[in-house]
Amino acid sequence: MFDNADALILARIQFAFTVSFHFIFPAFSIGLASFLAVLEGLWLKTGKTRYLDLYRYWLKIFAVAFAMGVVSGIVMSYQFGTNWAVFSDKTGPVLGPLMAYEVLTAFFLEAGFLGVMLFGMERVGKRLHFFATCMVAFGTFVSAFWILSANSWMHTPAGYILGANGQFLPGESWFDIVFNPSFPYRLVHTVIAAYLTTAFAVGGIGAWHLLKGRANEHVRTMFSMAMWMAALVVPVQIVAGDMQGLNTLEHQPAKVMAMEGHFESHPDGAPLILFGIPDSKAGRVDYAIEIPKASSLILKHDPDAPLAGLDTVPEDERPPVGIVFWSFRIMVGLGFAMLGIGMWSLFARWRGRLYDWPWLHRAALVMGPSGFVAVLAGWITTEVGRQPWVVYGQLRTADAASPLDAPAVGASLLAFVLVYFAVFGVGVWYILRLAAKSPHPGEGGVAEDMDAPIRTAGITPGPTQNPGDPDKLPRNREEAE
Amino acid sequence: MVPDPTLSAIWAFIIAFAVFAYVVMDGFDLGIGVLFPTFAPGRERDRAMNSIAPVWDGNETWLVLGGGGLFAAFPLAYAVIMPATYPLVIAMLLGLVFRGVAFEFRWRDDRHRAFWDVAFTGGSLVAAMAQGMVLGALLQGIEVSGREYAGSWWDWLTPYTLLTGIGTVAGYALLGATWLIWKLDGEGQAHARKLAKRAFWATAVLMAAVSIYNLGLRTEYAERWLSTPDLWFALPVPVATAVLGLWLLRALAKGEALPFFLSLGLFACGMAGLGLTIWPNVVPPSLTIFEAAAPERSQWFMLIGVGLTMPLILAYTGWAYWVFRGKVAHEGYH
Repeated sequence: MFDNADALILARIQFAFTVSFHFIFPAFSIGLASFLAVLEGLWLKTGKTRYLDLYRYWLKIFAVAFAMGVVSGIVMSYQFGTNWAVFSDKTGPVLGPLMAYEVLTAFFLEAGFLGVMLFGMERVGKRLHFFATCMVAFGTFVSAFWILSANSWMHTPAGYILGANGQFLPGESWFDIVFNPSFPYRLVHTVIAAYLTTAFAVGGIGAWHLLKGRANEHVRTMFSMAMWMAALVVPVQIVAGDMQGLNTLEHQPAKVMAMEGHFESHPDGAPLILFGIPDSKAGRVDYAIEIPKASSLILKHDPDAPLAGLDTVPEDERPPVGIVFWSFRIMVGLGFAMLGIGMWSLFARWRGRLYDWPWLHRAALVMGPSGFVAVLAGWITTEVGRQPWVVYGQLRTADAASPLDAPAVGASLLAFVLVYFAVFGVGVWYILRLAAKSPHPGEGGVAEDMDAPIRTAGITPGPTQNPGDPDKLPRNREEAE
Repeated sequence: MVPDPTLSAIWAFIIAFAVFAYVVMDGFDLGIGVLFPTFAPGRERDRAMNSIAPVWDGNETWLVLGGGGLFAAFPLAYAVIMPATYPLVIAMLLGLVFRGVAFEFRWRDDRHRAFWDVAFTGGSLVAAMAQGMVLGALLQGIEVSGREYAGSWWDWLTPYTLLTGIGTVAGYALLGATWLIWKLDGEGQAHARKLAKRAFWATAVLMAAVSIYNLGLRTEYAERWLSTPDLWFALPVPVATAVLGLWLLRALAKGEALPFFLSLGLFACGMAGLGLTIWPNVVPPSLTIFEAAAPERSQWFMLIGVGLTMPLILAYTGWAYWVFRGKVAHEGYH
């Protein structure tokens, strides 16, 4: 009834599902941790309690998101062994140390200082607490460094020699492995994506409160900060994305062909296909809307440059075009929509209407989840575009799986789907509930809320222990005084 | 590039240390989860949970180091053990998901707190049981052919693994109860003492049962423990276990921090006993640490990382515990 092909496809679905779910949380918490460090830093520097209030407001959300990132991350670290045992055996000598370094230099740092960050303000004082916040933020970055190094190595393997058992063994220099050819580009592009994800989530929540008329000074501050990020960082991201694209063209040309929908080679300038329906069987894009020669212009900076198509790639080495083609367009489309919001916010700021332009706020609200979608779409583009390889050009995905029966993988997949949707669905709902209240002066948080059950080692009190109707609280500083 | 035996042995100790650190640290977290229903809803439960809220995440990180370290230093062992214990590992992970989010979620919504309390206990119980059974499955032996797991996917389920699973739950409960003796006072502490006593007896009986069962499990194990000169090396372990056990039983009535540390000692003895039993295998009966080892270059690269970071990790982990020292929320009641 079942054969190896079924087990393989189930294992792939399981990995895609668990990694996609997991990736959402670090993408959020990398940016949020830095945002918190900035807020606390501003509070210490200026002494304005507004920043401390915002810190506490976002700390509650961070705590929930971080917990979900941790538990879904543990799943990832064991999934290599459970479903991809052959991969683990073969790549362990190269990838294992990178992941071990992630644990040693990042996970422990985050986890060790997280407790102090969440509950320790009263116990360690402001400065040491700020240090703890910075360590958590730094830890999230270091974690991104190592995991993207490992991931990039699978895309652009370097610095290895092949051993007797088909194992990848480290070559002369670990530097070549860690800083493999696509790593710097991927790191920059992904970390900026994480920052933008947080910026748009913060901006979206700020916009919601502005639209609801709960526009207190706090909401304005966080909305303004988010819009600065959007205006200044999105252009940087577009440049970084372009550079990663060029790097991919150099090392994984078939992926770029799939992204661009180039089934055929174009000897004298390739068109840019804006939209269309790729048909892999027929080897063409139906209903294509294209700009002549633009693809060559973008990828080679020369409109007449020749560009090879998938017809130059052996059939069993072509990535699935449809998914890659569309996920890439979703990512790029959202990127330009983000740019639009950023520019609009600059214009609004210049006109002095940043806080009272409902259409801007509506647009920012709609774009609130855009970072998550863009991050996932980008991730799908790069990972599906790598197929059929797990280690590019060296080890096929089909040859990397564990010797498991399909029912085992299917049952565990079902369990993951049920548990993840239930648990993380509730978590997201809790986050939205926290975000539905506007931040306000004297924001409760770490261990200072009035009716929290326990004070000293107390967990972040939830909203039910957090009395006070935000709508009745002062809307700005004037009202408060 | 044949790995250096000394280096592989060093790595075996590092991973054993990581696993031990995980077992005792997350062990008391999970133990508290197991004992959670016996605490009265409300303040007692809140205090029990608050005693671990700031540290559970750090404790759990040792599990990632244990697994990640195995992947890096002994990739073949990792590639064999994970498929061989597949349903157990999945169950453990899902248990840890429920346990981990319960820390945050139970405070978010009064109406559903009871549900997250159950999730906390259920998740802890499943994770503890699964970990114990993985240990049992490893000890009873894993079938390997070539470089792959060769058994079927229910091989891990035997009376022996059920015994090691229950034994681990009991042991974790002992750790959790003695931790609570240390961190609570008043009624909560009195309750924890009562629980600790029961958990102690359960642990003692099950530990003894597993040890005796081990002797019959494989002839190598019996030879290691029942023939000289191996016996003389091994003998201090059961002797120390017995001494620590009796000391702990006395300390349970009055001690504050002492029972917890004696429980740690008991676990250390158990770990030493297991190490002596399977050495030099990493996957009994057929894979030694030398056969499963990563190449020397990989092990060296990581050893540098461990050497540089481990002192720091231990220092700031210790500091984090120090920050939250003392009885939980003592001053909150004035």
